[in-house]
Amino acid sequence: MASLALLRLRQQSVIPGFGPALGFTLLYLSLIVLIPLGALVLAAAGLGFSEFVALATDPRTLAALKLSFLASLAAACVNAVFGLLVAWVLVRYEFFGRRIVEAIIDLPFALPTAVAGIALTALYAPNGWVGQLLAPLQWKVAYTPLGVIVALTFVGLPFVVRTVEPVLRDLDRDVEEASATLGAGRLSTLRRVILPALLPALLTGFTLALARAVGEYGSVIFIAGNIPYVSEIAPLLIVIRLEEYDYAAATALAAEMLAISFLMLFAINLIQASSRRRFGHAA
Amino acid sequence: MLPETPIRPALARSAAATATTQRPDARERVLPRSWRSPTTERPLVRWLLIAAALAFLGLVLVLPLVLVFVEALKGGIGVYAAAISDPDALAAIRLTLTVSAITVPANLVFGLCAAWAIAKFQFFGKSFLITLIDLPFSVSPVVAGLVFVLLFGSQGFFGPFLSANGIDIVFAVPGIVLATIFVTFPFVARELIPLMQEQGSGDEEAAISLGASGFKTFWLVTLPNVRWALLYGVLLCNARAMGEFGAVSVVSGHIRGFTDTMPLHVEILYNEYSFSAAFAVASILALLALLTLSIKSVLEWRHGESLKTRRGH
Amino acid sequence: MRHPIKAMIVAAAASLCIADAAAAADVLTNVSYDPTREFYRAYNAAFQEQWQKDGHAPVAIRMSHGGSGAQARAVIDGLPADVVTLALAADIDAIAEKTGKIPADWQGRLPGNNCPYSSTIVFLVRKGNPQGIKDWDDLARDGMAVVTPNPKTSGGARWNFLAAWAYGEKHFAGDEAKVEAFVGKIYRNAPVLDTGARGATTTFVQRGIGDVLIAWENEAYLAMEELGPDAFEIVTPSISIKAEPPVALVPGNAAADGTEAVAKAYLEQLYSPAGQALAARHYFRPFHPEMAAPQDLRRFQDLDLKTIADFGGWAEAQPRFFGDGGVFDQIYKPAE
Repeated sequence: MASLALLRLRQQSVIPGFGPALGFTLLYLSLIVLIPLGALVLAAAGLGFSEFVALATDPRTLAALKLSFLASLAAACVNAVFGLLVAWVLVRYEFFGRRIVEAIIDLPFALPTAVAGIALTALYAPNGWVGQLLAPLQWKVAYTPLGVIVALTFVGLPFVVRTVEPVLRDLDRDVEEASATLGAGRLSTLRRVILPALLPALLTGFTLALARAVGEYGSVIFIAGNIPYVSEIAPLLIVIRLEEYDYAAATALAAEMLAISFLMLFAINLIQASSRRRFGHAA
Repeated sequence: MLPETPIRPALARSAAATATTQRPDARERVLPRSWRSPTTERPLVRWLLIAAALAFLGLVLVLPLVLVFVEALKGGIGVYAAAISDPDALAAIRLTLTVSAITVPANLVFGLCAAWAIAKFQFFGKSFLITLIDLPFSVSPVVAGLVFVLLFGSQGFFGPFLSANGIDIVFAVPGIVLATIFVTFPFVARELIPLMQEQGSGDEEAAISLGASGFKTFWLVTLPNVRWALLYGVLLCNARAMGEFGAVSVVSGHIRGFTDTMPLHVEILYNEYSFSAAFAVASILALLALLTLSIKSVLEWRHGESLKTRRGH
Repeated sequence: MRHPIKAMIVAAAASLCIADAAAAADVLTNVSYDPTREFYRAYNAAFQEQWQKDGHAPVAIRMSHGGSGAQARAVIDGLPADVVTLALAADIDAIAEKTGKIPADWQGRLPGNNCPYSSTIVFLVRKGNPQGIKDWDDLARDGMAVVTPNPKTSGGARWNFLAAWAYGEKHFAGDEAKVEAFVGKIYRNAPVLDTGARGATTTFVQRGIGDVLIAWENEAYLAMEELGPDAFEIVTPSISIKAEPPVALVPGNAAADGTEAVAKAYLEQLYSPAGQALAARHYFRPFHPEMAAPQDLRRFQDLDLKTIADFGGWAEAQPRFFGDGGVFDQIYKPAE
């Protein structure tokens, strides 16, 4: 048993229950996550190396991955800027309805993605409330890659706000006062004192939003045009491949996305570990 | 002019932080009106920043929410009532409740076990274990659905065995439950682990050395310490369990009244030109989301101190 | 904190009991494609009534709808369909080939190649036909926005594709390179490719995207009926295809469920006068026109209809046009 092996590696403690707790954790983790994902890796490995490479580098697959990744990146950038702004406004200023705004930030966590997708499509379609205003400007949002970015911005919004907010709140005002006393203007205090302290949290929020967005499906399929090579995201391509009975291609793409997920998590852990070393707390 | 607030006491991370900040009312009495603290912005800048933040949130968050309710009530109360009392809609609501009633307790027990093992003990490979627990968060829901089809579908690894024994997993309730558990896997654990790590194991050690049993220690010492974070995790887990679309869509089979969850039912109605009905069911989900947010906010206002470390990741 | 959980467990237990009660009756599962939702809702009610009148125990009918290819995939992966009523024979062939739950010679066990109703492909345009669309060549004009679903996932979309191809073949006298360029032009005019016929209709009608929707005839009429006859018109092209959505028993599942008798009767009654009349009322062209109401039949226009046989049957058309690397895959491929 893996847990028995680990048992010997742990330090002594008077608290009981390590064996059962870790045993159950590992069992449940294996059953729900590791074995199913292992099946995916196994199925991808079963394709053979050359077939896997051929499927994984298929131009349409690459185009879908590129769109998923670039749109997620764009959405995460929008969220980094506006998330920082929202967090700043919420922490530093008092205004009417602040508590309601504070509460509604988490809406994307709680609202089903399909509902969000349908609502955003209805809103940004050329005959929707917002789409109508943009139509005279020749701006098309729904059914273009821009629509994908809008949906992904919605999905990733809480991450940046929620990681930056507590750090901003704990930021020592003394440093800002010191900076002002030493003659720095507000902008240079912001740039030289505040932003560097927020950077790890901002990066963590950015990466979390990115990780979440790359895999997002429900909210995007309604608003994207789903045109191959143009507005077809990678998770949709998996579904399409499945519906064509093309299990090999679906599996290869899914395995690629799994690898990307791993990399993102790895990046988040690296950022957090380095910020823990530098600032004494996790971002 | 809006007064500038220092850190709210309820959410202050440390008493020291509060002490070093001047109280604005005291300051205003002494200083001339035109005086501006060097650690804040001009009122105009402040207004512009607030306006920009609110405009962004309005466009991205509030408008979609308002639209759901406007569209739901477009056909009148009669259409709305008919849509949500339709037998298929009720079956979808029932299935959604069933799925989250299985998912949430399962992930709750897991979250407690994982947090207990990780927070109270030192062992080799701990950070790797935490990464694995976080993994489902970044896996695409579609991939989550796909792996269960690969495992349990007729063409999958266990397909022949399951069909020989007449067990339905994919395209039946067990498959939907499995996919939902996968997607909501880390939610409770992620809330508990950082909090329990921060709290350390001093309280438990004291209880044990005073002769309390392990179970009693857990029940009377640990659980009360983490109850708000636990409830918070359950709320998030439940919200996601009820709203999951991508993963469930892959394994559901879309049989009306049987394997249709609420989000899938929204899509079905939407595809039947019953737009008002689709938005009516969507509005129930939106109401559930708002309810979740309200309970969550109340928790934060009342118990901010004991929740503060949950953002640690 | 434990109360909501307790309440949830109680609710779950209660709902499971209710589900069990429903499962006690005979349950027939019909896995169908997108635009048949309204027709089968009416037909199921009529069939259930007739079935009980004939002295049988009541039967519950479960429906599943979606893009035809997606539905076939689900049956292959184990969705327990007793009967399948899909958009084209190729999808049922795929089930037969991959699972063996349907005999290979399923087509021909019921009249009309297992197609109790057929349809064709027409255009839905905005009221007054502002773009003056008359035939397929108008769809290939520069700047035209054409809404059609993705043929890889939607059965209806494959009929759309073949209908356009049939026009091109006649127009360019069989010059295949030109036909391919022509059909490619139409598809490159598509701003959206939905995965199912229903999604495409919603995009066109509800979201106001596109100048023309290529749709099933029944879907176009239904959209007009449901969403406002004063907003759209139907344009019938000079040439189209006889779209034949077949039905089939899935003996591999029905035998296990003990529903073979009721499933067989369910499909056979589609050919009964009542079934045929219902099909015509829901804008499907019935196999026995003489059984349908004349006012329903009068809605269908006569036009030059090709059949799938003109393309060598699905066994030939499917891999050539829609297979991996087939004609359709070349359309969106960026020029290298």
